[in-house]
Amino acid sequence: MMYRINNLQLSLPDMTRKPLLGAAPRIEILKGLTFDLPKGEVLGIVGGSGSGKSTLGRAMLRLLEPTGGNIEFDGTDITHLSENQLRPTRKKFQMIFQDPMSSLNPRRRVGGIIACPLRVNGMDNLGTRVTEALEMVGLPNHFGNRYPHELSGGQRQRVGIARAIALRPNFILADEIVSGLDVSSQAQVLNLLENLVKELGLTLAFISHDLSVIRRLCTRVLVLHQGVIVEEGPTEALFASPRAAYTRQLLNAIPLPNPHQRWA
Amino acid sequence: MQDERGALKRPLGLRLWLSGSWLTLLFFAALFAPLIAPKDPLMQDLFLGRMPPFWESGAEPGFWLGTDSLGRDVLSRIVYGARLTLIVAFVAGVLTCIIGATLGLIAGYYRGWADRIISRFVDIWMAFPPILFAILLIAVLGPGLFSIIIAIIIIDWTRFARVIRAEAMSQGAMDYVASAQVAGRTKLDTMLSEILPNVLPTIIALLTLEMGIGVIVEAILSFVNLSISTDSPTWGGMISEGRTSIHQAWWVLVFPLITLFLTVLSFSQLGEGLKDRFDPVLR
Amino acid sequence: MTAYLSIRNLTVTLTGGTPILRNVSLDVVAGQVHGLVGESGAGKSMIGKAVLGTLPRALTISTGEIWLDGVNILTLKPSQRRQRIGAIAALIPQDPLTALNPSKRIGPQITRRLVDILGWSKQVATARALELLAEVQIPDPVRVMRTYPHELSGGMRQRILIASAFAAEPKLIIADEPTTALDVTVQKQILRLISDMQTRHSTALLFVTHDLGVVSKVCDTLSVLYAGKVVEDARMHRFFMRPIHPYSAALLAATPTYTDPTGSLTPVSPKVIKAVEQEIQEHDMRARQ
Repeated sequence: MMYRINNLQLSLPDMTRKPLLGAAPRIEILKGLTFDLPKGEVLGIVGGSGSGKSTLGRAMLRLLEPTGGNIEFDGTDITHLSENQLRPTRKKFQMIFQDPMSSLNPRRRVGGIIACPLRVNGMDNLGTRVTEALEMVGLPNHFGNRYPHELSGGQRQRVGIARAIALRPNFILADEIVSGLDVSSQAQVLNLLENLVKELGLTLAFISHDLSVIRRLCTRVLVLHQGVIVEEGPTEALFASPRAAYTRQLLNAIPLPNPHQRWA
Repeated sequence: MQDERGALKRPLGLRLWLSGSWLTLLFFAALFAPLIAPKDPLMQDLFLGRMPPFWESGAEPGFWLGTDSLGRDVLSRIVYGARLTLIVAFVAGVLTCIIGATLGLIAGYYRGWADRIISRFVDIWMAFPPILFAILLIAVLGPGLFSIIIAIIIIDWTRFARVIRAEAMSQGAMDYVASAQVAGRTKLDTMLSEILPNVLPTIIALLTLEMGIGVIVEAILSFVNLSISTDSPTWGGMISEGRTSIHQAWWVLVFPLITLFLTVLSFSQLGEGLKDRFDPVLR
Repeated sequence: MTAYLSIRNLTVTLTGGTPILRNVSLDVVAGQVHGLVGESGAGKSMIGKAVLGTLPRALTISTGEIWLDGVNILTLKPSQRRQRIGAIAALIPQDPLTALNPSKRIGPQITRRLVDILGWSKQVATARALELLAEVQIPDPVRVMRTYPHELSGGMRQRILIASAFAAEPKLIIADEPTTALDVTVQKQILRLISDMQTRHSTALLFVTHDLGVVSKVCDTLSVLYAGKVVEDARMHRFFMRPIHPYSAALLAATPTYTDPTGSLTPVSPKVIKAVEQEIQEHDMRARQ
């Protein structure tokens, strides 16, 4: 089991309603999630905005600390570990972020961005590893000298992927990584990810609000709505016969390029 | 698809050239003052009082920009005056920057109790009327170089702290900072290698601004004779003296004034020029 | 049917000569929706900006005509042009967050244009704003008029922008990727809303998007743009059944359809890109002669 998640709860303080003295009231974002993620699986996490899917992703990577329940990663309970205790485990689980513009430091070159996590985790042969990572995502080696703003959106996203895989993690979380891209870049990135999962034997969690993208990539799907799992199951079954009303709503909302079904 | 992003040409680094040249010139003039200044700035010769600059009739050779009412060479006094000005500008500017920016960075990035303590400290400090503070300080320490520098630092470090804190906070929310955490980097390492480079343009801009302020503050203080206590020439002092003889010897006022103006202008443009030339993020 | 908006041979260049729009021609008929599809950087937003007169300073219109309601607005003086456009056209922008002023309440932001540019009285403008907020199905419009943008969700903000766009009964609306920043279920609601309003008010709508799926849901006709050049112009049904240009076909093939589980997404192939780039080069050479 890559992940064992049990009754995960997470609330954050609502700073807009903070009284002058005392703590701010808390908003419950995750209201008790329980699920397993076996090794080698590609799990899709779907939901609309406000569903908590991004928060779930960040909790799984321990960028946020749960306020209830627990998270077991690769046999270790990481729920309340401190940053220092987590550090040795960090290279095993990595993340690719949604907005490639804000996830790549605009004042660092691509090569440095990819090499940095490697250096921190005590790896050697940085140059070779960076070249390898760039190659695996289909970017030429000289891109290592470029700054992020000298690349297109799709290319920046691929750098994000290169950075994540360079550490050879066991698990990767992809948080809405194709949402801002146009169809062509989207297709490239998804194909790339598919190949990498096979080649590197990764376990992947793919967060998206776009079900058509999920269907391509994922073996199992988790549907989140307002902090609760409303449906869970193998991809095919979910698409063939969705059980939850919200799932059906999501499926119906996808604009298929089919001119015979109009919304006008 | 061809990306037309790089199509617009960037303007030449004219700003950087001009401001950098002036300041470099001033720096070397101040450094090598004894070698460069044609005359002794303190030497008085009443027979050579109020001589005009070299291109006017009746000028005394060797006194390029003329003399003041006591016969002292204007050019040499400007050159020697640059020493005081630059010392104040650099020392006060850099120290204010280091103190303010460091506190601002820590408060803005680490947040939590560090932020609470530092922010409260800044708020309380800013509640004291700054000029009063400075005057009190000078009254206690006595006039002099040390006092001026301390006064500037005391008044202005909070400016740095506030602005840099805000910048650090907004940078801290970026995904590349989260990415550093995911990679297992320590907070200190992240602050220095991810946040600092992105906050540096603002720091540089504020630093050069602060240096310009240092120059003006010193000039004002020496104008009202609250600056250094020796007879060493100061631009503000020259301007003050020049006021009285403005009709008979305009050059005594005008040349230090122009020098002062160019110096302050150069400091303010230097920051912009450096950004234009060195910031990789082409705007 | 005559076109309400008719763009003819519009060429827009960057200072320095790089073409951004190459000889673009398209028509938008009153009461119909014309889609403008292309990937990011294709120049689709620039067409809308050229019509509304909001092109960035570095860009100039080198040739072409923009006919709006029988008048070539490019021949008008800038002040006349602004007045005319203000009276008959409106924009639904892409990002509802940045399009609204965060320090002003919603009410004044809707009524301002009506009062300042069209000279309506405050009462009439307010009444109209309330009417529109109800039309876009915002609950409790009176309260919403007094809220600030950050107190509302993305979907609500976009509804307000739509209401704002329709406020002065414009004859032409340009919707610039209006649902790109929204979540998929909210997107469906907003698209339906735009469609309804457009039909009810018989507005001509130019709908800019990169999503072919969205196009198939709301558009009657469309133009496909690549690097500032229109590569195909078609009626909706025919386009999806039988795209003519290889680039259009490639775009269609790259659009995910969840109903086809085994189909792999084919990114637009380098061969197709090369062919289109060649077309563009040939076009540029002819234009220089």
